[in-house]
Amino acid sequence: MSAQAVKQKVSVPFDYDKYLRPGKLPHIWCPGCGHGIVLKSLLRALDKAAYDKNDICMVSGIGCSSRTPGYVDFNTLHTIHGRAFSFATGVKFAKPKMKVIVVTGDGDALAIGGNHFIHTCRRNIDMTILVYSNSIYGMTGGQYSPTTPEGSIATTSRYGNIEPPFDVCEMAKAAGATFVARGTAYHTLELEKILFEALEHKGTSVVDIIDSCPIYYGRMNKFKSASQMMDVIEKEGTVSVKQADKLPAEKLEGKLLRGVLHKVERPEYCETYETVIMGKAAGK
Amino acid sequence: MAEKKKKLMQGNEACAEGALYAGCRFYAGYPITPSTEIAEVMSVRLPKIGGKFIQMEDEIASIGAIIGASLAGMKTLTATSGPGFSLKQEGLGYACIAEIPCVIVDVMRGGPSTGYPTGPSQSDIMQAKWGTHGDHPAISLAPAYVQEILTETVRAFNLAEKYRTPVVILYDEIVGHMREPITIPEPGEIEVIDRAAPACPPEEYFPYDNNFLVAPLAPFGEGYRFHVTGLNHKNDGFPTNDPKIIEENNLRIMRKIDENRADIWKNEEFGVDDAEVLVFSIGSTARSARYAANAARGSGIKAGLLRPITIWPFPDAAVEELAKRVKAIIVPELNLGQMVGEVKRAANGACAVEGIHRVDGEPINPAQILDVIKKYR
Repeated sequence: MSAQAVKQKVSVPFDYDKYLRPGKLPHIWCPGCGHGIVLKSLLRALDKAAYDKNDICMVSGIGCSSRTPGYVDFNTLHTIHGRAFSFATGVKFAKPKMKVIVVTGDGDALAIGGNHFIHTCRRNIDMTILVYSNSIYGMTGGQYSPTTPEGSIATTSRYGNIEPPFDVCEMAKAAGATFVARGTAYHTLELEKILFEALEHKGTSVVDIIDSCPIYYGRMNKFKSASQMMDVIEKEGTVSVKQADKLPAEKLEGKLLRGVLHKVERPEYCETYETVIMGKAAGK
Repeated sequence: MAEKKKKLMQGNEACAEGALYAGCRFYAGYPITPSTEIAEVMSVRLPKIGGKFIQMEDEIASIGAIIGASLAGMKTLTATSGPGFSLKQEGLGYACIAEIPCVIVDVMRGGPSTGYPTGPSQSDIMQAKWGTHGDHPAISLAPAYVQEILTETVRAFNLAEKYRTPVVILYDEIVGHMREPITIPEPGEIEVIDRAAPACPPEEYFPYDNNFLVAPLAPFGEGYRFHVTGLNHKNDGFPTNDPKIIEENNLRIMRKIDENRADIWKNEEFGVDDAEVLVFSIGSTARSARYAANAARGSGIKAGLLRPITIWPFPDAAVEELAKRVKAIIVPELNLGQMVGEVKRAANGACAVEGIHRVDGEPINPAQILDVIKKYR
């Protein structure tokens, strides 16, 4: 074998086509949007986990991130606004062998879908929830969302947003999710690792993914470019949990923590239904 | 064969029995009066036979869950009443456009809003047809007897599976809570229909193949990886902006029902052959109407009853035909006038049409109907 051949083998590119449906690209996402980067990390994490594509079901609601299922070669379900969790619960509970992934945005998951989000976490039903948090309703042209920072400009908050944002991770944890993590579209390799861990976790796993919308949020809030926005929001605006331990409190002010923030073991819903409910029903 | 044992059963319990008989193995719901007994029975019975019961966080989540579970291959049910039915409307429309079989029971109570939770009503008839936005097909069944709730629930599942569409069962609180002796049919006694599975390999499968009026539906997780969306879509399930395809699909989902009305329609007729005055009524009101028609005949008036068991698609043909033979059609209903407009449309001026309406939470009694029948003697 020549040296040239060895070199080529080492640099074999990742085969994204294995997971993407032929003829469905280009995607609808705007230039500078981070959603494609998140998808890349997700596909790599799924490849590492090596699930059978026939067993994967990706469910989404309505919005920019919710268009993801259309591009991937799994069982895919694009539902109605805010209700992806309910449809996903139906699929998973009916057929527990399915690997269910919910792809949603901050508006879809936390505003219109907020009730379903917390109850899904509470049940600890086995599914991985990816919340693409870009702090804006992109599909409808830039309205403020439940994760829009106070003071931010949106088409419906021209005088500055007066509502405090949700902390997605704190809410998921409080509601009962057994795996809670945060990543960003900027830290793509780290995100891949987090997503792999989330997928492999038994129970409800929630990953808050800080992502940016340069077209709407960026322009209205005077960011210079998509990359500068990533620098400010995703790179400078976050600190990994490992680094955070070594930093003084003033250095952490206003920054979001990245990494696995909460991980506990608790009985999973479908398994408990089988062992407890079906078990007791059979005895009666 | 030995005579089968009768069981005293409530309408809502009979509904659960019918669902189980039809092969329903997934229930998702939210507590609401006067339908809750259906959930209670399903929560006990389903886990005994390998089925799944889940109480969701709200009405919207319940219809979402039954649509998801149906896509995973199960026959699915949810039950509610007026306020919950309002909340389920967006999900109902999704099941129509995405062509997902499922059954929704609405045990009708007084409205609007919270209204009269323990009082009977028939005021969701129009909601069952027009409640969700956009033009869409509607099948809705309206049983009037406890035994019939069981058999019509089986038929609701059959129609849902056959036509890949949601089916709504409508009955009023009186019928839902009434107890009557009924017989549980033996397995095989009533036909049970399962959705068509694709005969082709996955690479040739189109979930919305326009070569079929109703395309086969593959379950998720069995090798047929396909896309489902509430957006207007092509034959492969992916969204489209092509006006021709959008129109074709919107018309096809209507044609599924329109071209099969004869298969879906079901009426009970009483004394219609020589009737001069006809009563048109559903549910508990039809029971009063039958009594009234009988009483009218006792006093020499040729009265009859047309009781639609399928209320949507509306029984146009039966009304149109009978309107030509009778002096009047009387439409008693527990609302301020929903079916009566449809009867007028179908009768098309061939006879007089008069409604009897009541929204005080009390049933329409036979005497009330008899008084109006006598006007047309």
